[in-house]
Amino acid sequence: MNAIVKFLKRPIASALVAILCGFAVAAVILAVAGYNPFITFGTLIHGSIGTPKYITNVIIKATPILLTGVAVAFAFQTGLFNIGAEGQYILGTICATIVGVTVDLPGPLEVPLVVLAGALGGALLGAFIGFLKAKFGIHEVITSIMCNWIMMYLCNFVVGTDAFHKPNSNTAFPIHTSGYTMILPEWKVSEEGIEYLIAHPLLRDVLLKTDLNLGFLVAVLVAVLVGILLSRTKLGYELRAVGLNKDAARFSGIGVEKSIVTCMCISGAICGLAGALNITGIAPHTISLLKVQEGYGFNGLSVAFIAGCSAIGCIPSSLLFSALIYGGMTVQQVLGVPSEIISIMIGTIVFFTALPSIAPKISAWIERRRSEKESSTPNSTAKEA
Amino acid sequence: MNNVILLIGITLMYSTPLVFGALGGVVSERSGVTNIGIEGMMVVGALAAAAGSYFTGSPWMGFLIAGICGALVALLHAVASISFAADQTVSGVAINLLAPGLALFACRSFFDGGATSPIVTKLPKIFGDTWMQGTPWANLNVNVTTVIALVLTAVVWFVLYKTKWGLRVRAVGEHPAAADTLGISVSKTRYACVLCSGMLAGFGGASVTIAIISQFTQTAICGQGFIALAAVIFGKWKPFGAYGACMLFGATQALTIILGGGSFPIPSTILSMLPYVMTIIVLILFVGKSVAPKADGVPYIKGSR
Repeated sequence: MNAIVKFLKRPIASALVAILCGFAVAAVILAVAGYNPFITFGTLIHGSIGTPKYITNVIIKATPILLTGVAVAFAFQTGLFNIGAEGQYILGTICATIVGVTVDLPGPLEVPLVVLAGALGGALLGAFIGFLKAKFGIHEVITSIMCNWIMMYLCNFVVGTDAFHKPNSNTAFPIHTSGYTMILPEWKVSEEGIEYLIAHPLLRDVLLKTDLNLGFLVAVLVAVLVGILLSRTKLGYELRAVGLNKDAARFSGIGVEKSIVTCMCISGAICGLAGALNITGIAPHTISLLKVQEGYGFNGLSVAFIAGCSAIGCIPSSLLFSALIYGGMTVQQVLGVPSEIISIMIGTIVFFTALPSIAPKISAWIERRRSEKESSTPNSTAKEA
Repeated sequence: MNNVILLIGITLMYSTPLVFGALGGVVSERSGVTNIGIEGMMVVGALAAAAGSYFTGSPWMGFLIAGICGALVALLHAVASISFAADQTVSGVAINLLAPGLALFACRSFFDGGATSPIVTKLPKIFGDTWMQGTPWANLNVNVTTVIALVLTAVVWFVLYKTKWGLRVRAVGEHPAAADTLGISVSKTRYACVLCSGMLAGFGGASVTIAIISQFTQTAICGQGFIALAAVIFGKWKPFGAYGACMLFGATQALTIILGGGSFPIPSTILSMLPYVMTIIVLILFVGKSVAPKADGVPYIKGSR
């Protein structure tokens, strides 16, 4: 019992309680809708980590939401709510595609150029939102959401222009192959590579059937760097100070307005990077017509909140969400359960992480119950008397 | 002339859901609870209205059910932000993640896996279905929801400014501790306002699916809730201010449609950005002059300073 109480007081407990609640609510909804929750969860788990190929795909799909998650977490720690990660992500994909299609350089130059273009696009949009907040006091939530829609239509506009539209498709031209960041893209389809991979089924599953790319490594690196930036540098200290108490920060000589713009700029750059890495890393290596927003931004919010807005914590939480989303597709294909159950689960999890007091409340309740029990037993009352 | 009538007609049509959403925002924020979840509540209302109209055969029942379902979603937000003193923005975002999933899941369960509902009976238009058919004036034959929205705006204004309940709501939103010492229950007042706000948002969703279009689709609600929130700020947290702001956003939307239908050399994708760009421009020009209720977004914990 003591161990449980102690555990419930740790921050990670809130996250685990929230995840459990997410599964519980989903189970109830599934049962009400007439699906067996246990079979559904079994399929979900198998569909996300059942084979090496699935695991690889989960890692690939975790890349963008890890980055948007880190971006949101970073902004949140500095007192800003970057709900515009989606728009910054989209602008990242647009800039990366434009540069990747128009510029053709050898790989070692092309890749950094394309990726930087994406990050720069995101950074500019983030800085714009930060500027509106710093200069005019417009809440970043409203402007970011408006920018999300504007960027979605901008993407559709770019796809539709003569210069970029790939005939008879709803996508733009793919970027030059020198900008690809998959692992051994040419070797794995060469004769020699195929021969080798046939002999090694595990590697074949992981390499040949997926778009395994360098993105996740970059994302993990960024998460670590952001963690260091926030906790170990002067800039991070100043940004957090602004987040904790604007007036105190201003009084101690920190430029609050400048901090807001800087923070949104960095946060936007990380989102843009996410977009660029998706363009260089996975097929179709270009932007397509968007009917609805792709959800990388909103999934990033979920990733960040479940991680308690710790940049490093985003690594496991992005893998969790990626597994849920990827496994959710299998659930729909195999069992016919609407994949929206996953959105419900994720929404519930975020909802419960919004209640930071829930795990400590449970531990306080257990302690109270126990102390009541002890005081009501004759033994202890006798001792006290 | 015809274009002007068309413009007014479309403006009224598109601003109606925004008005409901914005009224919801006003009611909730005046009591001190930020409600970013309006969008999610509208999505649930949109589905509930279509499903209600389909299964009961009466669009009015659908409208009511939408209000009730919107309020139920709002209850989640109320419990989190009032009883648990949660971060209201995070809770609102959670609702925006949860509600569309819930609505689509329910839609697929009700209608054999379809992401859209069947065509349902719509609410009537104010002059009936045959008024001035074939003339441009028919465009002024707006949905009955447009009138309801205007009436509700007046009701919200009256309650907020002319009754003792309204005074209490505003007191709780400005200075909850002072209100508390006078014996007003902060949490009860806030619960009532957030539930009311969910109901209004639910009506807003209904005014899309059973008045403008006649079915629930995945894209029926696409950002109206957020534009409504911008209207709340632009309208300075006042019912008629928000109403005017919604009209302006509706007019931009109408302009988009009329320009898109004409022979103007502007790509439709650029035109579609117009309402959102307009929102930002309007906020840049006016936001400096509007001040939020003092306790907006701050959980009230008894005894804390």
